Amino acid sequence: MTTSSTGELPLRNEHDIVLGRQSVRHMAQQQGFSLVDQTKMVTAASELARNTVIYGGGGTLKWAMLQEGSRRGLRLTFEDHGPGIPNLELALTDGWSSGSGLGLGLTGSRRLVNEFEIASTVGVGTRVIITRWK
Amino acid sequence: MERIPILRMGEFLLVTIQVDMHDQLALRLQDDLTRAIEKNGAKGVLIDISALEMVDSFMGRMIADISGMARILDAQTVLVGMQPAVAITLVELGLSLPGVATALNVERGMTWLRRTLNASGDDDHIINR
Amino acid sequence: MASKGDLTSALRARRQDILTSWLRQLEQASASAKGRLSAAEVNNQATEFLTLLASTAQTQDVSGFGSEGWQPVRAFLEDLSRQRVMAGFSSDETATFIFSLKRPVFEALKQEVGTDAEKLSNEMWSATELLDKLGLHTIKAFQSSREEVIGRQQMELLELSTPVVKLWDGILALPMIGTLDSARTQIVMESLLQKIVETESQIAIIDITGVPTVDTLVAQHLLKTVTAIRLMGADCIISGVRPQIAQTIVHLGVDLQGVTTKANLADALALALKRSGISFTKH
Repeated sequence: MTTSSTGELPLRNEHDIVLGRQSVRHMAQQQGFSLVDQTKMVTAASELARNTVIYGGGGTLKWAMLQEGSRRGLRLTFEDHGPGIPNLELALTDGWSSGSGLGLGLTGSRRLVNEFEIASTVGVGTRVIITRWK
Repeated sequence: MERIPILRMGEFLLVTIQVDMHDQLALRLQDDLTRAIEKNGAKGVLIDISALEMVDSFMGRMIADISGMARILDAQTVLVGMQPAVAITLVELGLSLPGVATALNVERGMTWLRRTLNASGDDDHIINR
Repeated sequence: MASKGDLTSALRARRQDILTSWLRQLEQASASAKGRLSAAEVNNQATEFLTLLASTAQTQDVSGFGSEGWQPVRAFLEDLSRQRVMAGFSSDETATFIFSLKRPVFEALKQEVGTDAEKLSNEMWSATELLDKLGLHTIKAFQSSREEVIGRQQMELLELSTPVVKLWDGILALPMIGTLDSARTQIVMESLLQKIVETESQIAIIDITGVPTVDTLVAQHLLKTVTAIRLMGADCIISGVRPQIAQTIVHLGVDLQGVTTKANLADALALALKRSGISFTKH
């Protein structure tokens, strides 16, 4: 698998969330995603970017455009050094019905992408990696 | 300060969202809209999102909140023009906006509002005479 | 880098000989190609390729096929493969284009290198390595193109098998036939939603008469479609709900959330017309 292009963006405030969304849209278009798949990726990115800014106290978005054979993909990593998520299991299963913005963002985003990975340690930070393939 | 314009169309208010809103702008819209409903005695609010290519949970909740607040102020909200890709994504995200009325476009939205308000039987609300 | 008596010089100095010999090989091989490409086309391609190969070998390292400098050659092979896929060739028929170049190149090397056995065997090895890489790249590109074509055809089949029908002004119907899998339902959903916007239809009837079984997954997909339609501002009616399916839905605990269901398409159409304020009178 090759990575044709990588980069990173800061996620400090809500303006960065908007910039992040626009960049992700652009990259998804470049990788040839269908309109629906673009929208899903951009929406997932918006959710996770917001989590990073609001709950993570700010962080970074690292992106990578992927190529595996004839398959093209996009991988986004949202990282912060914030408080971490205490009940990760709970947030991932129950989050959305509990109404907390954080939970909805996580469980919802998971359904919008092909691969979803999350690691979080209380007091250290959180990292979420999402991947979508064409 | 950046604001989303609110147009008055008779007894209704029309908001056309065309920019990729950051959170502050969205909250400001909520504020402006509730004030405008009260100031104009508006009975209906149309939110046109036909130009929006993405609606996330924040936006979704904001729209649901606007609808709720409007109802308390005795106004009915209609969300119009959601794009297919956005609808599919919102549903997958887990949001169905149950309390929010929807219409295909502004014209249908207004027709629906007039019909709904007529049916309420209140003389003050009859628009077509 | 280019010293006399090696692969690079052979390609340059004896290009014409290689070409003549190669064309002869290709002609023999194409006896089985059933005339899908004219001899003239093959000749042109071979000539063009050999020129490209020879000139690239002059400035690039022959053992560095993956590098930037070899991109034009790779691109040529990719175009060639794509064309062969479209013309219905098999992968080995396509690879023959490259592999039949081996013998002519070896012959040219023998002439170019002369009697130095060690040098000759080194150069032949370089040539083999290069041609093998060219051949493999061709096959890889062929498979990629083939997969693309198949993928596209599958999409088209999918669209054809679930057409959205306009029953009346503002009323669309989607007759679902056969088993519903995740991928299919998604495509179908997108196509229906798109049609609703295009035709500004107020009502969409999803008919599942032709769907043999409804399990949780299918029921959930249906529900998602219905919700999406509502979010867009249109209404949805599900028709063709047989008693068994109704039981399944209830047993599965799927809440259809107030979606209107009808036993058959005719009833659904009657309801849709009524909701649209259309009525017919018999004379």
